[in-house]
Amino acid sequence: MTQMRYVDGLRRAIELEMERDQRVIVLGEDVSVGGPFGITAGLLERFGDRRVINTPISEDSIMGLATGAALAGKRPIVEIMFVDFITLAMSQLVNHTAKLRFMSGGQLNVPMVIRVQQGAGGGWGAHHSQSLEAWFHHVPGLKVVAPSNAADALGLLRAAIRDEDPVLFIEHRGLHFRRDEVADPDAIPELGTAKIVRAGKDLTIVTYLKPVWDALAAAAELAARGISAEVIDLRSLSPLDMGTVLRSVERTSRALVVHEAVLQGGLGAEIAARIQEAAFDWLDAPVHRIGAPFAPIAASPVLEQAFVPNAWTIVAGVEQMLGLAPAAGLRAGDARHVT
Amino acid sequence: MIQTQSYSVEARRKFLEQMLTIRRAEEQVIHFATDHKDLIRGHYHVYIGQEASGIGACAALAPDDYVFTTHRNHGHVIARGGELGPVLAEIIGRTTGYNRGRGGTFHVIAPHLGILQTSGVVGGCMPLAAGAAFSIRKRGTTQVSLVFFGDGVLEEGAFYEAINMASLWQLPVVFVCENNGVARELRKSGQCPTSSLAAKQLTDIPNAFSIPSVIVDGADMLAVASAMADAVSMVRRGAGPVFVETRITRWPGNAGTFPVLIGGDYRLEWALSPGSAPQELQEWLQHSDPVALFIRSLVADRVMTKPDVEAMDAQIHQAVGEAARFALESPAPKAEFALDHIFA
Repeated sequence: MTQMRYVDGLRRAIELEMERDQRVIVLGEDVSVGGPFGITAGLLERFGDRRVINTPISEDSIMGLATGAALAGKRPIVEIMFVDFITLAMSQLVNHTAKLRFMSGGQLNVPMVIRVQQGAGGGWGAHHSQSLEAWFHHVPGLKVVAPSNAADALGLLRAAIRDEDPVLFIEHRGLHFRRDEVADPDAIPELGTAKIVRAGKDLTIVTYLKPVWDALAAAAELAARGISAEVIDLRSLSPLDMGTVLRSVERTSRALVVHEAVLQGGLGAEIAARIQEAAFDWLDAPVHRIGAPFAPIAASPVLEQAFVPNAWTIVAGVEQMLGLAPAAGLRAGDARHVT
Repeated sequence: MIQTQSYSVEARRKFLEQMLTIRRAEEQVIHFATDHKDLIRGHYHVYIGQEASGIGACAALAPDDYVFTTHRNHGHVIARGGELGPVLAEIIGRTTGYNRGRGGTFHVIAPHLGILQTSGVVGGCMPLAAGAAFSIRKRGTTQVSLVFFGDGVLEEGAFYEAINMASLWQLPVVFVCENNGVARELRKSGQCPTSSLAAKQLTDIPNAFSIPSVIVDGADMLAVASAMADAVSMVRRGAGPVFVETRITRWPGNAGTFPVLIGGDYRLEWALSPGSAPQELQEWLQHSDPVALFIRSLVADRVMTKPDVEAMDAQIHQAVGEAARFALESPAPKAEFALDHIFA
């Protein structure tokens, strides 16, 4: 059992795969000096400037160039500094990277990883704090991975680099410097597999990225009140491991989906729909969702906090689902995110 | 070659006042970030060492002109006439800020000053500035649209698309490229390549799009003011877009990820005798700090005495201090208003 920070898990994954496969290269703005969070620090010194390449501030062409390189024999890991900036690269990503296997009738493939980080919590305001995973979930041909802890940051990034198709690898900025136990540093989980991170019998909380930790804190709080919540960390958002979710819902009969992204058109809607299509007869209550309100993220800390779900909003959501009286100490407005 | 115009004593005093105001306000921003827990939690960008560029540009503008800027916007907003209290309050996310705390340090927007967007995405304002100019053209007014951006914007595709349209349609845009990593010997002229751009001379690019351009020493307050006055007047007369490259040598405090006040707050002594400053600042103060260069020229030309400058600085210090207190004492927005301002 070793302890590792999320950022170190990411760096270790890149190092291991670069050692293993000479075709793996790293491209992005400031990657030679580590990027804004130090994740790629030291790679240039270790692997040289033929494999660790600083790019101009040209997101669309970074994406397209990496895609072209992947078509012609390389396995690029692209870093887009903030998910907000991937908006500039959407044409290449959506029209080319994700579609080339299909458009070539299966003759071509694009083995590349696009690393991005997202999430609120730093007071960075409307252009640096969005959670955009739902946009990419909507793109056929693109896999989407979202680790919540250092072990998955390490293992899932290795799996993504080895994958034969493009993988958008979403990190959460609020997790970068957390330290987790890594039970097996050599484990490489299969993409598209969720994980039950806390067993329970009264309801299933389905979530990913930072809200996994909020859901676990909420589950502990609920346990003290005699409510047993199961928490599922999806880990991969596309493909979705609905098998794990449905087997859990079959046992608990209730499901709550939690994400930091805006609720409207979010992943919660997709998951709720799939649960209701496949498991309507098992449900004792409608599937509930918690997410951010339909607003951009403000710089002000108070407003930013009001956007982001936390353990208390999850507790409040569960109470609402179960028809319980709100617990004492709940802050006013905490239930606002719940629909 | 730029012919520096002559400026009155009053005009020169005013320039210095603005320079010191921006310098002291940005020091206050650094103090917000370093002396208070969680007041500025993420990254922030200060305009120290670039003051002449923004002040010279804004001095050339009329009240109804439009301005677009970047993550490094504080100096531009103040140069455009932004009040210190609402600017500092916005930077720390308070209700009394220009954007009621929604924008923060990256995004101070001030429509009443014609500042219509402040982009945190590199190059984001280039098409917007062309768009405001497009409206001016269609409405047939004599306004201009001015956009500030760093040299990194020339790496983004939107830059090329926007300057192409601006030139094709002869839009009244002043493109102000603040090239802020220039060695001091290259500030006035010569090729000035950046590590991430294949063009050796930035102005070759607008020139290829039939946009006239000028390079100006961004440490020389009066040279910038003259160049900007010429550029704005050309654009206002209907000559189409103009590109101004202000060449700036980086303030040593901006070398790392976060700004650092080397040796503490700026001292006027350092401006008058750079040898008295911390070693890391001396060369910059001697050759590249627009404030130091301007103070020395004002004193040498007997426009101001050393005590005059000290008195001006003391007043500015007091005003910035009051504005900082105003900002700190202002309330944060309330959570129940989180959904305001999404739609009409």
